[in-house]
Amino acid sequence: MRVLHILWLRQLKRYFRSRARIIGSLGQPLLFLLALGFGLGPMYKKAGGGSYLQFLAPGVIAMGVLFTAMFSGIEVIWDKQFGFLKETLVAPVSRLAIMVGRTLGGATVATVQGLIVLALSLIIGFRPASLGLFPLAMVFLFLIALLFTALGTALASVLDDMQGFQLIMNFLVMPLFFLSGALFPLNDAPGPLALLARIDPLCYGVDGLRGTLTGASQFPLGLDLAVLLLLTAAFLALGSRLFSRIQI
Amino acid sequence: MGDGTNIIEVENLSKSFGDFKAVDGITFQVKAGEIFAFLGPNGAGKTTTIKMLTTLLNPSGGRIRLDGHDAATDKDAVRRAFGIVFQDASLDDELTAWENMELHAVLYGVPSGELRTRVTEMLRFVDLVDRKDSLVKTFSGGMKRRLEIARGLLHKPKVLFLDEPTVGLDPQTRNHIWDYIQQLKRQEGITVFLTTHYMEEADRVAGRVAIIDHGKIVVQDTPGALKASTETASLEEAFIKLTGHGIRPEEASGGDRMRQMRKLWRR
Repeated sequence: MRVLHILWLRQLKRYFRSRARIIGSLGQPLLFLLALGFGLGPMYKKAGGGSYLQFLAPGVIAMGVLFTAMFSGIEVIWDKQFGFLKETLVAPVSRLAIMVGRTLGGATVATVQGLIVLALSLIIGFRPASLGLFPLAMVFLFLIALLFTALGTALASVLDDMQGFQLIMNFLVMPLFFLSGALFPLNDAPGPLALLARIDPLCYGVDGLRGTLTGASQFPLGLDLAVLLLLTAAFLALGSRLFSRIQI
Repeated sequence: MGDGTNIIEVENLSKSFGDFKAVDGITFQVKAGEIFAFLGPNGAGKTTTIKMLTTLLNPSGGRIRLDGHDAATDKDAVRRAFGIVFQDASLDDELTAWENMELHAVLYGVPSGELRTRVTEMLRFVDLVDRKDSLVKTFSGGMKRRLEIARGLLHKPKVLFLDEPTVGLDPQTRNHIWDYIQQLKRQEGITVFLTTHYMEEADRVAGRVAIIDHGKIVVQDTPGALKASTETASLEEAFIKLTGHGIRPEEASGGDRMRQMRKLWRR
């Protein structure tokens, strides 16, 4: 327990100490909210979709969480290269504890990042439909964070240096985001696109977040929750399995 | 010298990466309380051996016993028995000296009640108490090394591994570090297993020396006996006589490339 706590705390300290990273990673969500929210807003309204910002904000919040979470997971590669990982791997502690501790830390950090984006979108004009479902929205936020931190950790465990990082960004993170329905409604999307979205884990995260925050969701919230829980458990298992096999 | 029992016993240890035999059937023992220097040219298999001794890498063959525990089956007992200072820094730069020490103490199960006094004591030993709340990224290379030594000793290990502990440090700091290590041996009877490229340092501190080349141990003896048998005046000459004059190829590691990347990434 002490071990989990100290590794969790380490991730938090690292996050809150690098102000530049926090601010830097807020730039992108802010740009999406402002440029797309206001740029496409009038068109979306004309097409009968209502307020685009209302639709977009949960998607951009999920994006903030996705990026931070994946990055936290991928950070394992850095620790691998810059030695700190060795310090934890020679310690008489189970690899599982190390993996879970740092993943929980990364997920907490990503959740905080999501909350900051939520606050930004409130300033810009996003209005949640009800506060009653807010605790459930928090659950969705944390599940998205945990799922993708675990996925990042799993990937980082099998990669040796940052060469693979661009690959992950362009062929995994970006598609995960663009196909998730964060930017456009999926109910009118062409068949193949809608199908791809359905196998995108983030799709259920975005949908759950949108459902709890704005009251409009594509799938039942129970389904979103079930899919996310299942996948999070699966990725955590995969991540800890790959992590415990790391040899340096 | 300690009581003469072997604290490290390595038997026929090998490690292959594909076709390449990095370590090829080495056997040696280290006695409790001695300072043992493991020397060899670049790429000879030193670091691979240390990684296997410290459970970071699984051997392809052979056996390691450290403090009576088998490194293959009883990893945690082995891990508790040693402390290590790695060749490249393994501190978290974004944490303070104190936080790095605290994290180590928790990982090694130092009881909360003792944590404060133990960490303070060790920081005092390496003269870093007054810098305990500074972020490690503000430390010089020498200070980081000292902190790593303090951290490696925090859980009172029986064996301390030092993988090139003085590389890149100025002569003052190098001297300081060897003083710490000799003081430790005298006061705590700790066993030290070290690698270094500075032969005069090995000559000065080591009770016994093993020279490894192409994955095999060429010779192991006291520095004095080595010089006598090779009819050389210094350990460095003995070393060159035994391992040849050729310069060893050294690949740029992934780490070097990454260091560049990180500079770009972290604004």
